[in-house]
Amino acid sequence: MTQAAQIQEQANRPAHPEKKGDWKQYFTFSTDHKVIGIQYLVTTFVFYLIGGVLATMVRTELATPESDFVSREVYNSLFTVHATVMIFLWIVPAGTGGFGNYLVPLMIGARDMAFPKLNALAFWMIPPAGILLMSSFLVGAPGAGWTNYPPLSLISGKAGEMIWILSVLTLGTSSILAAINFLVTIAKMRTPGMGWNQMPLFCWAMFATSILAVIATPVLAGALILLSFDVLIGTAFFNPTGGGDPIVYQHLFWFYSHPAVYIMILPVFGMISELISVHARKPIFGYKAIAYSSLAICGLGLIVWVHHMFTSGTPPWMRMFFMITTMIIAVPTGIKVFSWLATLWGGKLDDSSALLFAMGFIALFVIGGISGVMTASVPFDIHVHDTYFVVAHLHYVLFGGSVFGLYGAFYHWFPKITGRMMNEAWGKAHFWLSFVGFNLAFMPMHKLGLEGMNRRIAEYDPKFATLNLICTIGAFLLAMSTIPFIVNVTWSWLRGEPAGDNPWRALTLEWMTTSPPPPENFIADPVLATGPYDYGLAPRSTEVDVPFSDASNPALSAGPSSTLRAKPDPVVAANPSDRGTESNNR
Amino acid sequence: MNIPSQISTLLAGIILTLVSLWYGQNHNLLPIAASEAAPLIDQLFGAMLTIGTGIFLLVIFVLVYSYFRFRRDPDDLSDGPPVHGNIPLEILWTAIPAVIVLGISVYSFEIYNTESGMNPMDHSMAAHSKHSHQVAQMKGSAIAAPLIAQVDPVAKDAEVRQNAATDAIEEKIPLRQDAPAAGNVAPRAGSIPATGQEPLVINAAGMQYAWLFTYPEEIIAGELHLPVGRPVVMNITANDVLHAFWVPEFRLKQDAVPGRQSEIRFVPTKEGDYPIICAELCGAYHGAMKSHVVVESLEAYETWLQSMKVAQTNASDRAIALNPAEMTDSEYLAPYAQEAGVTPDLLHQLHPMS
Amino acid sequence: MTTIDPAKTSRDYQQEAIAEPAHHQEHPDLRIPGLIVFLAAEGMIFLGLFMAYIAFRAVTPDWPPEGTPKLELLLPGINTAVLIGSSFVIHNADQAIQKNDVKGLRLWFGITALMGAVFLAGQLYEYFHLEFGLRTNIFASTFYVLTGFHGLHVCFGLILMLAVLWRSRVPNHYNSEKHFGVQAAEIYWHFVDVIWIILFILLYLL
Repeated sequence: MTQAAQIQEQANRPAHPEKKGDWKQYFTFSTDHKVIGIQYLVTTFVFYLIGGVLATMVRTELATPESDFVSREVYNSLFTVHATVMIFLWIVPAGTGGFGNYLVPLMIGARDMAFPKLNALAFWMIPPAGILLMSSFLVGAPGAGWTNYPPLSLISGKAGEMIWILSVLTLGTSSILAAINFLVTIAKMRTPGMGWNQMPLFCWAMFATSILAVIATPVLAGALILLSFDVLIGTAFFNPTGGGDPIVYQHLFWFYSHPAVYIMILPVFGMISELISVHARKPIFGYKAIAYSSLAICGLGLIVWVHHMFTSGTPPWMRMFFMITTMIIAVPTGIKVFSWLATLWGGKLDDSSALLFAMGFIALFVIGGISGVMTASVPFDIHVHDTYFVVAHLHYVLFGGSVFGLYGAFYHWFPKITGRMMNEAWGKAHFWLSFVGFNLAFMPMHKLGLEGMNRRIAEYDPKFATLNLICTIGAFLLAMSTIPFIVNVTWSWLRGEPAGDNPWRALTLEWMTTSPPPPENFIADPVLATGPYDYGLAPRSTEVDVPFSDASNPALSAGPSSTLRAKPDPVVAANPSDRGTESNNR
Repeated sequence: MNIPSQISTLLAGIILTLVSLWYGQNHNLLPIAASEAAPLIDQLFGAMLTIGTGIFLLVIFVLVYSYFRFRRDPDDLSDGPPVHGNIPLEILWTAIPAVIVLGISVYSFEIYNTESGMNPMDHSMAAHSKHSHQVAQMKGSAIAAPLIAQVDPVAKDAEVRQNAATDAIEEKIPLRQDAPAAGNVAPRAGSIPATGQEPLVINAAGMQYAWLFTYPEEIIAGELHLPVGRPVVMNITANDVLHAFWVPEFRLKQDAVPGRQSEIRFVPTKEGDYPIICAELCGAYHGAMKSHVVVESLEAYETWLQSMKVAQTNASDRAIALNPAEMTDSEYLAPYAQEAGVTPDLLHQLHPMS
Repeated sequence: MTTIDPAKTSRDYQQEAIAEPAHHQEHPDLRIPGLIVFLAAEGMIFLGLFMAYIAFRAVTPDWPPEGTPKLELLLPGINTAVLIGSSFVIHNADQAIQKNDVKGLRLWFGITALMGAVFLAGQLYEYFHLEFGLRTNIFASTFYVLTGFHGLHVCFGLILMLAVLWRSRVPNHYNSEKHFGVQAAEIYWHFVDVIWIILFILLYLL
């Protein structure tokens, strides 16, 4: 029997909620972080489906070399709105707003977020902004790509353009407000006894993400303010005819939009760390290395943006500097990937869909990471910039990465959110359909790009027809793969097997209360009798027999005395060897 | 059969290396390499692909092996070993990727240097004697005014920006100066060896949705013809929105930015007919904005040039009454529409910036 | 199993929780750190705009472009002095409320609000007497957008101060223990002030 989970559960008393929540509260300005988290998740998932429909239309157009399914202008709007929806209305708000809101307070043992009203406000900005963006199809949707480079964005339809700007400004504001909330919550509201180095890795990831969001998003706001002046009033900030400079917009835009990809992937890194440790029944390998590599990615992520502009007018020194910083980002990312692999190695893997998605995530994300390092290299990027190679790369990291990770998180935390288990067979079907469809849709794109197919085109050279048809078939499979998921969630939510408080026998604090958690989460401040990842906690009168073990030396020990470990609260630690007098945070 | 684990690890490592090396050389993903710089970039890609394949296979092997080998029994509720981390291992897998990416950076840097050179003076037309270059002349007035205040050493005469076909719009777009410190310059790429051979200077202008190429002596064409083996200097600009000049077989791409003159240098080395693609979203017909470059023998090139001259003379006879600056784009483009692959349908899409 | 102490891992050490189940804890007041993080985000908008200004300046052959009259320095200089001075004045209000002196608080806040209003009026006066408009050229556009965006922030700071003055009529609404509104208005005002100093150096002096 696994002792750690027993000990941790004994040390905390689950609350007993009086009654189930009313479904109507999900349509109100609720300030409970759990309600807001679910509101975020459901809303963003709806937008994910809308974005998926747009993507399917894009691929339908591309099934044949001619422009025959929709008009060229509509095609441009399709991919523009598809990207905007997927980024600003699905991955960012689902990862940070959805799971972040639901889990962070639970994981740090807080009763709610630092600013509950602000939290609700941040959520309620999203549906109007999303509906506004969708409404642009009625007046001529924006068609200058999600990057919206001027001068093209200045001469296409003004109404659609303004709608895009307003929508993204609103969503950016929402993201900033949520980030402020997370920073203060994580810094100030951890339960007594939880120091920085006892936080679950998801909280570390959210902290790094929020720093990025606070620093980078406002710069996009600045760029969009200038752009809207250009569109509405006719100033010439980015209009070359009036003496402006479009390259300045690109700098401002990518100063946010490159960190944006880390805003989309870091929370997922955090989720994957949680999932793999729990489902492999092993402590996360190198806790501190993973935690600090999140911060490293956050810092480095702010100084790589010019790699999107290698062909558009950057001086040689800048090309070289940003090539090197971009390459270096691979190092902290590599640390995470290898740590996850080391966590899996020799563990006791269960057969859950959550773990399957986490492992699928690693496989696909590594492909995206490798093609990312390739595109960082200036001479090679000059060839593949703005081609399907880049499309393949970004989908491998954002779909194969972020979305697979989000799916894994759904399967993992669904029992906590609803109190019921998801169906495993349907989950497996969902995974394999997604995995096969995804690789079929995006793997051939690498070759397409290298061969000479550029991005954002409604019609292409007939020599690319076969591969594009394969991509389209993959995209349809991918579209169908959401059906088992939706069926599974709907059925499980209503009729699923009751889950109990801690179905995965996990150690982090969100599992130390009832499923679903009551308002205010805990009846007393939860405690860490074990560390958040102390699986395999055993009596330690003798040296723990693990490889590389030099149990006496914290630098060389692989076991519980390792410096890399997240230790329990010294005041209440289950193991005498973990006990001390000074608590971390009290 | 019982193979000790060290040996099987060693074997796996050897196989992994061999597979990666083989794939890095035989990936068959790139089109023909038709310029002098292309083989270098292909080698770089091959090297990156070798390393990438190795890492990918390693990760996939660990995942698949773990999935089957470490699967737990459904009723086994015990935990795995309490391994919390290992500092030497952490240092190892931090150091190895760091060395790899630094190696790739240095390699890329080397290629970039041979390809384009870090020294901005390498690009400077002023560094050579100006007379050694044939500058594509143009009709109409020169607009050198904004350039007098140029502080940039790589400044060029405004004349080369000018393109007879697009005069009217050129005058409306003031020139931006280079600001290397602010990270904002006219982009340049590629290099030509100092063989002493006179480079062929061509001006390219991107517009919605066609390329116009101005050869020396004011010959305007909608497609490129290049003599094989002769260095080419292309001055690229745009008249309305961003475009990008891309020839996949040359492995070169360059954005065309209105108000800036980017430059691209290369030496075509293989005869053939390659597509010219616009790689920067420029509007509805972005996918149709195509032309092609024909790399041919010197004789064939000269023949083509002569035929263009003749056509041009006839065309300008017709157009003599009209200053190009006073014509609409569509009127002006009509004679070249055939070569540029521009259809009347497309011409309706042409609208100058308002 | 022997070394794990069951007494330690049972719930007994959580006596405070057993006393009253499901008790409601006071939500901690973290508005000040929240405001500081918010101002960091605000600062980044300005930083983005400043960087855009510097970039436009770097790529434009002559700056300010031909036909743009040189900016007058006298009025903006006085304005700058007024705004910097107001930062010191508002600090006195904070000192006063620390001592529970609501009267002093009202006095100093009143003076600061007045100085803010003078600054805004000066800005508007300058706008109306400049010889270029928003669309004249790239310099004019950046000038108006930067100063206008800063002016909006001054307006907001002014509203905050007036709100504090309004609320301070209620006896004991602010005291030495509890005066978040006063602190927030003061921090915000300092922020607006610092931004203006950078803006002034960038736009008028360089």
